[in-house]
Amino acid sequence: MFSNGISRRPFSCSKILPRAAASALVIALLGSGCAPPESAVQRGNREGILHLSNGDEIKDMDPHTVGGIPEHNVVTSLFEGLVVLNNRTLEPEPGAAERWEISKDGLVYTFHLRPNLRWSNGEPLTARDFLNSHQRVLNPKLSAENARMLFVVRNAEAYYTGRVREFSATGFKALDDRTYQIELQSPAPYLLGMIGYHHIWSPIHLPTLEKFGGQARMATRWTRPGNLVCNGPFLLEEWRLNGYLTLKKNPHYWDASRVRLNGVRFYPISSGDTEERAFRNGQLHVTYDLVRPKLEYYRRERPAVLRQEDYLTVYFYRLNVKRGPLADARVRQALSLAVDREALAKHLLRDGSKPAWLLVPPGVPGYQSPDVPASDPQLARRLLREAGFPDGTGFPKLSIQFNTHEKQRAIAEALQAMWQKELGISFELANAEWKVLLANQRTMDFDISRGSWVGDFLDPKTFLDIWCTGEAKNGTGWSNPRYDALIAAAGKTFDQAERFRCFRQAETILSEEAPVIPFYFYKRVYLLNTSVKGWGSNLQGYYGLKDVFLDPS
Amino acid sequence: MMRFIARRLLQAIPTLWLVATLTFFMLRLAPGGPFSSERKAAPEVLANLEAFYGLDRPIGRQYLDYLWKLLHGDLGPSYKFATHTVNEIIAGAFPVSLQLGLAALAVAVIAGIPAGVFAALRPRAASSAIVMSVATLGICLPAFVLGPLLALWLAIKWHWFNLAGFVSARDLVLPALTLGSYYAAYVARLTRAGMIETLGQDYIRTARAKGASEWRVITCHAWRAGLAPVVSFLGPAVAGLITGSFVVETIFQIPGLGQFFVKSAANRDYFLVGGVVVFYAALIVLCNLLADLIQAWMNPRLRLE
Repeated sequence: MFSNGISRRPFSCSKILPRAAASALVIALLGSGCAPPESAVQRGNREGILHLSNGDEIKDMDPHTVGGIPEHNVVTSLFEGLVVLNNRTLEPEPGAAERWEISKDGLVYTFHLRPNLRWSNGEPLTARDFLNSHQRVLNPKLSAENARMLFVVRNAEAYYTGRVREFSATGFKALDDRTYQIELQSPAPYLLGMIGYHHIWSPIHLPTLEKFGGQARMATRWTRPGNLVCNGPFLLEEWRLNGYLTLKKNPHYWDASRVRLNGVRFYPISSGDTEERAFRNGQLHVTYDLVRPKLEYYRRERPAVLRQEDYLTVYFYRLNVKRGPLADARVRQALSLAVDREALAKHLLRDGSKPAWLLVPPGVPGYQSPDVPASDPQLARRLLREAGFPDGTGFPKLSIQFNTHEKQRAIAEALQAMWQKELGISFELANAEWKVLLANQRTMDFDISRGSWVGDFLDPKTFLDIWCTGEAKNGTGWSNPRYDALIAAAGKTFDQAERFRCFRQAETILSEEAPVIPFYFYKRVYLLNTSVKGWGSNLQGYYGLKDVFLDPS
Repeated sequence: MMRFIARRLLQAIPTLWLVATLTFFMLRLAPGGPFSSERKAAPEVLANLEAFYGLDRPIGRQYLDYLWKLLHGDLGPSYKFATHTVNEIIAGAFPVSLQLGLAALAVAVIAGIPAGVFAALRPRAASSAIVMSVATLGICLPAFVLGPLLALWLAIKWHWFNLAGFVSARDLVLPALTLGSYYAAYVARLTRAGMIETLGQDYIRTARAKGASEWRVITCHAWRAGLAPVVSFLGPAVAGLITGSFVVETIFQIPGLGQFFVKSAANRDYFLVGGVVVFYAALIVLCNLLADLIQAWMNPRLRLE
C-alpha cells in the first residue's frame, strides 16, 4: 500500500538499516528545508473538500445495521431517506419524497417520490426500493440493532417476530413506482423527524447486496469502495481503515446542483488532544469535540472558531431499586434533592452544560417539562429521616459505579462529597472498564451506575419510553403501572397537546420515584473553521452536509 | 547453521500455541462481550449475532475451531470492523507500523551510535558528560511528553509537518523522532559502555601501537565487539518498534497496528486481539533469531551449535 522499498523486503539483508537511516535523514532534511506547505484546510478550500474529524473509526456503512454517531455522520451523507432535516431548525423537509400527505387520524403517510431519483450507479430508484429496504430491516436474520424503530408501522413487529408471514400484511405499501405509503400501528407525530434523522429508514440498492452474499447476510463487502451504491448527496471514494474515509459528490443525486462541496474527508481521530492540535495546524475544518482544558483558551483567544451547542443528551445515574435502602422511593428522592446541580455545571463541567432535574432536554418544540422541586437539602434530610436513616446513620455502604475516565471520576467524587455533606451518607467509588460497566448493568450488579441517553428524535418519547416495565434499557428494576399507562396513552393519540400532557405527568412520576437521577444536559463543544458556511447547528448534531460549503473570504 | 535455525523455528511452535491458547481463554474470562453497548440490543438480535460468529457454541468447540483456522492462516473476523477480517486489518496496518518502526530504528542508530562512540573516546571530558546527560534525558522523557512538544515546535509553530494522519513519508518524521529518541538514548549508553570496554582490550592497544589512526581503530577493529551489546538489545527492540506503539500512533493518528491492538482489547474484539497477539509473538521469535544470527556474524567467538 505504501511501498517504498522498505516494506517489501523487511528482513532481507543487513543493508536495510543504512538504507532506512539514509531515507530518514533525507526526509528530515527535506522537511526542514522547505517552505511551509499548503495546509489541508487551504487545499480543501481551494478544491471544495471538507476535512472533518469523526471521533472514531466506523464499524461499517450499512445504513440498516450500524448505530453510533460517527457512523451516522458518514451514512447520512451517503444515503437519503424520504425526508431530510433542515440542519438549523431540524424541521422535516422533502428528501427522496417531494411531498406527502398525512391522514386525519395521523395513521397513514403517503409519500410522493421525485420523478428523477437515481442510484449512484445511474439506475432509477423507485418506491419498490423503499419497500424492499424496509422489508430487509425487518428480516430477523439481519439482526438490525435498531429494527425496533420501524415497529411504529402496522404489523412490522409481528412480521419481525414471525407472527405475520407475508410482508404484504404490514403497513408498508408501494402503490406505484412513485407513491410509497406507510400505515402506522398507532399515531406517531414524531415519524417524519425520525425518518429524517435516522438512516435505518434509508433505501439501499438490493441488487448490490445480492451480488455480495445476499441481503440478510451480515458483514459482507458490499459497503467497500467500488461496491457501495447509494442515493445521497455523496458517494464513497476511498476508505483506509483508521486512516481516513473520503466521500465525493454524487453526480446522480437529484439535487446535485445544490451540493456545493466536491467531497468530504472524515478522519477517525480518537484523541481529543490530537484533533485539537490538528485543527490548530490547519488540517481540519471541523473537530468532533474539544478537550475541556482547552476551552478557556478558545473562549478568550479564538472565540470565532469555538462552537458550544445544546445537545439532545442527558447524563444520569441509574439506581438499582432492588438494593437495600434504594428500594425506598424516599431515599432515592433524597439523593436527588441533595445534589446541587448548578454547582456541578458551573464549577466542575464549566462547558455550558445545563443542570437537569428531569430527563427530557429543553428544546423539544412545544414541550415544557413539569415544574419539579429543585435541589432542597433540607427536604432531602427530612425524607431520609422518614425512611429510617436520620443523618445517614445506619445507611449501608453502597457504591457508585462509573467507567474509567477522568471526567466520570470527577463527577462521582463531587456527588460523593455532596451526599456526604448534605445527608451524611458515604458512598464508595468503583470505576470499571466500559465493557465491564455494561456487563454489570445488564446483570444489575451495581448500586448506582452511570449512564446517558442520546435522543433518537425530537420528542419526549425517546427519553421516557426506556423507563417502562420490562424495557431492556430500563436497567433499574423500577416498575410503575401508572407510568406505563401514561406512556401507552401518549402512544395512542395524534393530538400533541394530549401526548405532551401524558409525558409531563410521566416525568413528574419519574422525579418523585427517582429510579434514575438526571444531573445535566450535554453541551456539544467543538471547533469550526471560519471558512465553513451553511454549517448545521442543532440539538441533534445533525450535519446536513448537503448545504455546507467553503468560502474562505 | 541451518540446523540451528530449524531448531529455533520448531521451538517457536509450542510458544505460539501457548500464546494463542492463553489469549483465547483470558479474553473469554473478561466480563462483557463484543456486542454489549449502552443501547442494549434486543435479546434476539444478540442471539443472532452470536450465532453468526459461532459464539453460541461450547467454549471447547470454539477453541478447536479457532486453532483449526489458525493452522490455515485464518485469524478470523473482526466484530468492531464488521466488514474486515483480522488478516486484512493486519495486512493494512502492519506495513505502516513497519515503516514507522524502521524510521525510528534509523533515528536510534544514527543518533545513538555516534553519540556513544564519541562519549567512549573521551570518557572523562565535559563534552561526553553533556552527550550522556542528553541521552539520559531522552530515556526519561516519555513519548506522550516529547510527541506533543515536537508537534508544537515543528508543526504548529513552523508548519513544517502535518501532525495527524499518514499520507506521505514526510508524515512519519515526527512520530519516528518521538519513537526513536528513547531508543537512541539507550543505544548511546550501550554503545558507550561496549566501546569503553573494547577500547581497553589488548588487540586495540596493538592496533594503536602499529600506528593505526583512531578512526581506523574504531571502524576496523573495535566496532564488532563494541557494538555487541547494542545488537543484542536491538533484537527485541526492533520487534517492539515495528509492531507499533499505541502512544505514538495515537498522538500522531498513525493507522498502525498498535492502535488496533489496544482498542481491540477494550472492544472485546476477540479475534482481532488474538490475531495480533499471535502475529506479535511470531515477529518477536523472528527478530530474536535474527539478532542471534547477526551477533554470531559479528563475533565469531559465539558458537551457534
